[in-house]
Amino acid sequence: MWRDTWLIFKRGMVLSLRNPVWVVITMMQPILYLVLFGPLMEKITQTPGFPPGSSWQILTPALLVQLGLFGSAFVGFGLIAEYRAGVIERMRVTPASRVGLLLGRVLRDAVQLVVQAVLITVLAMLVFGLRAPFWGIVFSLAMVLLLGITMSASSYALALILKSEDAFAPLLNSVLLPVLLLSGIMIPITTGLAPSWLYWISRVNPFTHIVDAERAGFRGDFALNAITTGGVILLVLTVLSVWWGARTFQRESG
Amino acid sequence: MIHARGLRRSFRTRTGTVEAVRGVDLDVEPGELVGFLGPNGAGKTTTLRMLTTLLEPTDGTATVAGCDLRTDPVGVRRQIGYVAQSGGSSPECKVIEEMELQGRFYGLTSEQARARSAELTARMDLAGLDQRLIKTLSGGQRRRLDIALGLVHDPKLVFLDEPTAALDPQSRANLWTHIKAMHREHNTTVFLTTHYLDEADALCDRILVIDNGKIVAQGAPDELKAGLAGDLVTFSVPVTDGARAGEIAARLPEVSEADVDGGTVRFRAPRGDVLLPDLVRAIDAAAIPLTSMSVTRPTLDDVFLTLTGRSLRDAEMGAEAVGEATEDKETADVA
Ligand SMILES: Nc1ncnc2c1ncn2[C@@H]1O[C@H](COP(=O)(O)OP(=O)(O)OP(=O)(O)O)[C@@H](O)[C@H]1O
Ligand SMILES: [Mg+2]
Repeated sequence: MWRDTWLIFKRGMVLSLRNPVWVVITMMQPILYLVLFGPLMEKITQTPGFPPGSSWQILTPALLVQLGLFGSAFVGFGLIAEYRAGVIERMRVTPASRVGLLLGRVLRDAVQLVVQAVLITVLAMLVFGLRAPFWGIVFSLAMVLLLGITMSASSYALALILKSEDAFAPLLNSVLLPVLLLSGIMIPITTGLAPSWLYWISRVNPFTHIVDAERAGFRGDFALNAITTGGVILLVLTVLSVWWGARTFQRESG
Repeated sequence: MIHARGLRRSFRTRTGTVEAVRGVDLDVEPGELVGFLGPNGAGKTTTLRMLTTLLEPTDGTATVAGCDLRTDPVGVRRQIGYVAQSGGSSPECKVIEEMELQGRFYGLTSEQARARSAELTARMDLAGLDQRLIKTLSGGQRRRLDIALGLVHDPKLVFLDEPTAALDPQSRANLWTHIKAMHREHNTTVFLTTHYLDEADALCDRILVIDNGKIVAQGAPDELKAGLAGDLVTFSVPVTDGARAGEIAARLPEVSEADVDGGTVRFRAPRGDVLLPDLVRAIDAAAIPLTSMSVTRPTLDDVFLTLTGRSLRDAEMGAEAVGEATEDKETADVA
């Protein structure tokens, strides 16, 4: 299985490097936020109710989560295209491990995501003077890696079940936007800022806790409850989504 | 090589259940080149996808290349090559990349995979295209690449789903040569589907005719054709003499299915060519002027017509109308 994972991973990397436009395009969004939205945050973060930390410590980790959510959620489109071209079927009649066919793709996406996340963090540091402790950043990037695995495995599973762009696109949009808004990526949803019903809904959203943990990392706040809730939730999500993806890839029919 | 009993597969769709394959029994011996002939929607691809472990049969059993389909699917996959109807190479990849990757999936080392790929691309007239992106290949080159991909591990048994569909006549003839060579020189058992009668006729040792999910006949092309009433003889006379000429023809020995349409007379006879001189003399003796005549050997289309009451072309037409309703089949499959 690991051999096949590696083979698929390598193939995916070669393809991404041959045509890096997409990697650049998905990075444009967070960069635009940094440049055009970031400066606004400086004043806003003084508002009572905002969580601790400088504006860049609040915004940068949020953008990483956003990149993980959006960048990785759309990888399924590529899989649908491959399915149409018959590539998936061709691979499924070989003795290659079907789980490997999934994992290779997922790891490629996750590695790509982490590279993008590093570039954005470095940019925020050099251009905007973001200050964050080294280990906090390492922790946050590890979270981004897991987030990438989760989103891309789920995206592949869903794509392989739907097998149609027309069904996949509206589904993604209707799920991602509420998840994004409710996780407080732009403006943190705290008791001090949000009405209590909104606050409670946002607490139910697992991604809120992931954003919180990322922010804690960038602040260098390694207090147990700040990072464990998000970390544990993300770990559980990762296991579930990989299991779901693997099961979908293994199923005989389809 | 293949032994299947009672293979069935139905699909649930929004509009109801489609019985794509309804109880197929088939046996293919090592070294055979067998053709699976049938109109659109007959169930050829579905049968192939079951035999190659891509689809689980709703019912029935099969052993393929010595491995049981249900209990040892990985064993089956190791032994067989499969070339899907719509191909399976990625347009964004280079030829060499896909060939190597395919070889490595079958457990070859990179060196072995590269050597094997060089050998196959040469054999399939693809030499020199290694570094080309697959999307830049011509239709015929692409189809040959699909086949090369299916042969990477030198399988004893290869499934080809409509290998020549959508190719121009020249590429088709070229591909036939390759398929024959693969069968003869490399002793590969080949199981291919087609809805071209001439293809089945030209390539296959044995033909299975499938219609509506069931095998309706099987045998060597000549055997199937011999089961018919024979050659079709057609001749023309002036319209006023049509009826009389028809009577004369019907009196000749071993003539059947005589039919007159204006000045055109048609009938069948086991050896049309041998009958022609007698026919000419008899018509001449009755002082009827002959304007033209021809003898056609029975085709597999005739076989299909006799077996199912429809010509293969009509069956296609019917299937197209049904095809509209099953457009959504891919998505509905998961329900
Ligand atoms: N995944 C699916 N979901 C629903 N129906 C399907 C599915 N696959 C095939 N069918 C239906 O099963 C029948 C047989 O299809 P199949 O693809 O096996 O035909 P075929 O003989 O290969 O035809 P063609 O010559 O057009 O390739 C058709 O009616 C088709 O619509
Ligand atoms: Mg088919």
